[in-house]
Amino acid sequence: MTTTVTAGSMAGTRSGESGLERQRARAAFWFLVPMLAMLAFVAAWPLLRSIMLSLTDADANTIFSGSYEWVGFDNYLRAQERADGTIRWRGVLVDASWWNAVWNTIRFAVMSVTLETILGLLVALVLHAEFRGRGLVRAAILIPWAIPTIVSARMWGWMFNDQYGIINHMLLSVGLIDAPIAWTARPDTAMIAVLIVDVWKTTPFMALLILAGLQMIPKEMYEAAKLDGIHPVRVFFRVTLPLLKPALMVAVIFRLLDALRIFDLIYVLTPRSSSTVTMSVISFQNIREFGDYAEGSAQSTILFLIILVFVTLYIWLGRVDLSGERSR
Amino acid sequence: METLTFLLWQLVRFAIFLAVALAVTFPFLYAVLAAGERGEEDRSPAGLFWRGMFWLVVGLIVLVAVFPFYYAILSSLETGTALFRVNYLPESFNLANYRDVLTRPAFVRAVGNSVFVATITVIAALILAVTASYALARVRFRGRGLLLMTILAVSMFPQIAVLSGLYELINWLGLYNTPWSLILSYTIFTLPFTVWVLTTFMRDLPIEIEEAAIMDGASPWIIITRVFMPLLWPALVTTGLLAFIGAWNEFLFALTFTISENQRTVPVAIAIFTGASVQEIPWGPIMAASVLVTVPLIVLVLVFQRKIVAGLTAGGVKG
Repeated sequence: MTTTVTAGSMAGTRSGESGLERQRARAAFWFLVPMLAMLAFVAAWPLLRSIMLSLTDADANTIFSGSYEWVGFDNYLRAQERADGTIRWRGVLVDASWWNAVWNTIRFAVMSVTLETILGLLVALVLHAEFRGRGLVRAAILIPWAIPTIVSARMWGWMFNDQYGIINHMLLSVGLIDAPIAWTARPDTAMIAVLIVDVWKTTPFMALLILAGLQMIPKEMYEAAKLDGIHPVRVFFRVTLPLLKPALMVAVIFRLLDALRIFDLIYVLTPRSSSTVTMSVISFQNIREFGDYAEGSAQSTILFLIILVFVTLYIWLGRVDLSGERSR
Repeated sequence: METLTFLLWQLVRFAIFLAVALAVTFPFLYAVLAAGERGEEDRSPAGLFWRGMFWLVVGLIVLVAVFPFYYAILSSLETGTALFRVNYLPESFNLANYRDVLTRPAFVRAVGNSVFVATITVIAALILAVTASYALARVRFRGRGLLLMTILAVSMFPQIAVLSGLYELINWLGLYNTPWSLILSYTIFTLPFTVWVLTTFMRDLPIEIEEAAIMDGASPWIIITRVFMPLLWPALVTTGLLAFIGAWNEFLFALTFTISENQRTVPVAIAIFTGASVQEIPWGPIMAASVLVTVPLIVLVLVFQRKIVAGLTAGGVKG
């Protein structure tokens, strides 16, 4: 990555550049300004304000009048001295419900991405094989991806219904359970329900990303192995998987970033369930439902920092071809 | 100490989870690989067996992918007690739920709001992105790599991280509870996405066309509008469609920045659909509404599927 970037940026500074190059660079600047100004206005500024609000005591009554006060890192962690002289720690970093949300988010992200990677690999291999009706299969797997998250949450909510749901009906008739389960309400099954819906909805996307990686592997690789009479499963683990690894890593981190910020599915499928509440959900509840802008912003800032680490990892591991010169 | 044992125990649990997931998937993986190796002409018993296993996997994938939506359509056509009796094949064809949904002014209004918000968002994003991605894809300048990296990073950041700051901004602009608050906030994810995908598309256009235009003395603006735009139409349609789907499905901002019934968008309307009483969830109308807002999307996606797959993978990974 670094080499291509420097090669690209050096070109502009080389002495003796033509007037045309300079004219083009000037035009490029003016072409970029509206987009950058817009992003600064709707993304950078609100992000900075959110981080700043997390350092104040803003709530629903004070946020617009500006009468909130600067409190430093008190929302994150502060010591409170009790009358008997013992010290009590307060703030998001010692809040049990916050750590519960962190744990839920991690649990959800790790399990959903693991399942989506394994199943996505399987679906990608099917789509990579040549058979009649492949187009139909690809069309079918695009359906879960095309359905809005809220709609899939509602559809599955109906299927998971404790009294009339088809899932309970299926499991009862096969004899796997002997009483209906309130999937989305019970603390021990709510996360399972969320995982099932998320895996159903996102595996197609994962499969398409992996398929793009599979298609980049030269065909000769397989043919050489085939001629040598090596078993296909061996070929998969010795040839395909190592060659697929870079694409797979990028896809996994990309999905992980998405899973860490999950909000809508959980908010609609399992509302008010403490066993599925995630960082985004708890932060939203503080901001919108309790009007606690200070604490909500502190929580969203922590989530932002966590994702920042993963984005850096993504760009570094994926060695994304930023200037596009490698693919030429 | 307690935390450590907890984490270790969770690690063990994850290892078991992973082992089970792999063990369950492996036979299917094996079938796909073995069938692919043998090809369709193999008529030996083993060949036929693996072929059959392969079709079983294909059948399972299609069934799981399609069934929930099929079941939603099935349920949307049932009312009364029929809705609460589980059936796997269509038994009734009752359009009462659709009539119910379409006579709710709030729902019809929500569809209108969604169309308006998504359309304006897409147009704004495309206008801002076309010139920007020309500059990013075709002109060499210092810091281009860093700029693209930042744009990619913006599209991955959690929406919740800007929520309170954006709420403040929207109130300050006086846009709270209007569609314009959503159009403004959706730019956060549609603009970086459109710029990124259009840049990858534009990079692949042959350099000769541009060189010929430069020889003729065309300015960068003429090159974009007269030379590139006609070539870019397919890419614009794809990117616009993906951005439209993103804006159509968005939930968090819509839930935060609109409050009254006639300003809501479709996802919020469906999420808080209520029946005659609070306890009773109107599953029939919810399913009808879900089908109504999803069918156009599915049709669009299936019509443009090749282009969408290309756009998605360009937006996701290109490395």
